[in-house]
Amino acid sequence: MTNDKHKKTELLDQLERGPWPSFVKEIKKAGETSPVCGDLLGQLELSYREKKGHWKHGGIVGVRGYGSGVIGRYSDVPEEYPNVAHFHTLRVNQPAGWFYTSAALRTLCDIWERHGSGLTNMHGATGDIVFLGTKTDELEPTFQELTAAGFDLGGSGSDMRTPSCCVGNARCEWSCYDTMGVCYRITQAYQDEIHRPPFPYKFKIKFSGCPNDCVAAIARADLSVIGIWKDAIRQDDAAVAEYAANGLDIRRDVCERCPSKCMIWEQGKLSIQTGECVRCMHCINVMPKALRPGTEKGAAILIGAKAPIVQGALLSSVLVPFVPAGELEDTLKELLSRVWEFWDEYGKSRERIGELIQRVGMANFLDAIGLDPVPEMIAAPRDNPYIFFQSGDEK
Amino acid sequence: MATEPVKRITDIGPPHFEQFLHPVIRRNYGRWRHHESPAPGVLCHVAESGERIYTVRAGSPRLLSIQTLRFFADLADRHCGGYLRFTSRHNVEFLLDDPTHIEPLKQELLAAGFPVGGTNNAISNIVHTQGWIHCHSSATDASGIVKNVMDALYDHFTHEDLPAKLRIALACCLNMCGAVHCSDIAILGIHRKPPKIQHDLLRKVCEIPTLIASCPTGAIRPAAIDGKQSVEVVEAACMFCGNCYTVCPAMTMNDPENDGLSIWVGGKVSNARSAPKFTRLAIPFLPNNPPHWPEVVEAVVNIVQVYAEHARKYERMGEWIERIGWPRFFQLTGIPFTRYHIDDFKYAGLSYARSTHIRFQGGASEVL
Repeated sequence: MTNDKHKKTELLDQLERGPWPSFVKEIKKAGETSPVCGDLLGQLELSYREKKGHWKHGGIVGVRGYGSGVIGRYSDVPEEYPNVAHFHTLRVNQPAGWFYTSAALRTLCDIWERHGSGLTNMHGATGDIVFLGTKTDELEPTFQELTAAGFDLGGSGSDMRTPSCCVGNARCEWSCYDTMGVCYRITQAYQDEIHRPPFPYKFKIKFSGCPNDCVAAIARADLSVIGIWKDAIRQDDAAVAEYAANGLDIRRDVCERCPSKCMIWEQGKLSIQTGECVRCMHCINVMPKALRPGTEKGAAILIGAKAPIVQGALLSSVLVPFVPAGELEDTLKELLSRVWEFWDEYGKSRERIGELIQRVGMANFLDAIGLDPVPEMIAAPRDNPYIFFQSGDEK
Repeated sequence: MATEPVKRITDIGPPHFEQFLHPVIRRNYGRWRHHESPAPGVLCHVAESGERIYTVRAGSPRLLSIQTLRFFADLADRHCGGYLRFTSRHNVEFLLDDPTHIEPLKQELLAAGFPVGGTNNAISNIVHTQGWIHCHSSATDASGIVKNVMDALYDHFTHEDLPAKLRIALACCLNMCGAVHCSDIAILGIHRKPPKIQHDLLRKVCEIPTLIASCPTGAIRPAAIDGKQSVEVVEAACMFCGNCYTVCPAMTMNDPENDGLSIWVGGKVSNARSAPKFTRLAIPFLPNNPPHWPEVVEAVVNIVQVYAEHARKYERMGEWIERIGWPRFFQLTGIPFTRYHIDDFKYAGLSYARSTHIRFQGGASEVL
């Protein structure tokens, strides 16, 4: 902070107070090692005064041989804040499950101290480590240091975005497949699709180990892989009794909250009709010591979620109701190649796969990728009689 | 060239996660028995082997300096052999095998201003976007609003005192990098005016056919401006999504007077009990009022309070509203219902009330 203009951040300074950790303090801390943070704070103060942003569109910047991983950003007031005239972001592919050692974290900090603002997001919305703010000339050197340290860039633009996953087998008893292992291997298998955008628009894959869906796969991923089991919930009767003895109202808080009413609590005994269970997780969430997912584990594969832009928000819908954990990776790779081929052929520019399926219809999409329709794919059959009978089906 | 260029390393992907796992986790990977919640912000996972791993979770502003990351690394070295992780909601988690370190670690975190909590029926950290710190299309700031809202809801982060989980998200425009469409409460930046077209710039940097195709309502059409090719916007058909601006920087959306915030409620991602669902509009517009955004903070706190007071145990926001009905939600929160709450985009009819299941609110004696 070298001149008067930058000292006046009266609005932002008010956000250093209050009990929640302050992002303004973080920017000022990063300013201890980086001269750009003063200008960042200055421009942000201008936005707070004027109630508008001061960043321009990206333009094409990146590292050699990649078409993704860098978000170009330029100030629209570069004369006033020359240190943030370019303020590009690098997306660094996070380790699966966002696990680190202190040594790995320090390695990342040291690289970013040498080449950028010293500001990060841990983590960005898609899951990447976000290195926030550097100049065009620093992109390639940052990248080379990252790869030398074993890290690589993530996705951006019309490519396969950096896959992400929940903590899974590493620290959760509910995980129905190895989310971190599958996420890692799928990420490695599609480095080209992540680094060189080949698609009509973005394509996100998220891996959740159970229907609690801690990485919001069903809401945020074009392909949502959500762990599920086929057999009965594993039940420890003594532990159920202990919950009841400790004051849990099993009838009200467990059985009556069950969406398919598949549980009965009678005479101190909990019984579950497995055939009616929808595997929602509520009873397991409430009694983690007593109930667990079954042992026949795998995942449901759903397709099509996205935020509103362009044709409205979508949740993913069921494509494959169950794949055994051991067959999951091969199934995913086969599915991805068929889905991408169809999308490549028929998708319009900036049309997500979910929007394409809405446009052409799920039945046509299933024909194209060679999957048979099953009733698990729908909430209900059609309620209109406008059936497009295919030639050959009629007499 | 006298020297061979150094071979560039590319396409190596992320480092394998196994090297970052605590030894207790490595030994018990995929073999966990159950977990316990000893205190807000503290979890204990018990393996089939009987080994235990403790987690201490702390909130962060998401925007983190390398100085703070090094502080987290130091804490991890002092208390848990250097093993830590981050969550999908921007919290930091320290992984310990020695429970005697939990209290000293918590004390150090609190002393440095990082609250411990966010587990179970607490409000976890707010998933949010870049806002004015780094985004070109934001209708508002992200970090500033999050800071003010979490200052006000701080005690709900450090205490597990709500009927169920409560997940708040903020996105600074309709692109929704923060995916706020499935949160219990969503704060969404919105524009309210059609793009202002910079015709000179448009000719230099935009492809007109791509620009026209980008509009989901077909509101952009070709036009000659001063005898030169450009476009015009049918303003009545514009829904202020900003998609045209994303493909063409000459379609300026920023408008200090008319940009602002909207509040949405009742979404969820988890399949627990009810199916995942979208957020629904609660408040169509609140002004952008930095640095404290008092209108937004007040609106969110009000919704949280009414929910906390009226929802039953284990009922998420959307499940509570479905039980009591939307009229009651608007009545209890005092939020005015307007024409803007009635959907008019695709499939709008699916959200109309198509039954005579109508609740009439009784007098003061009515019990919820």
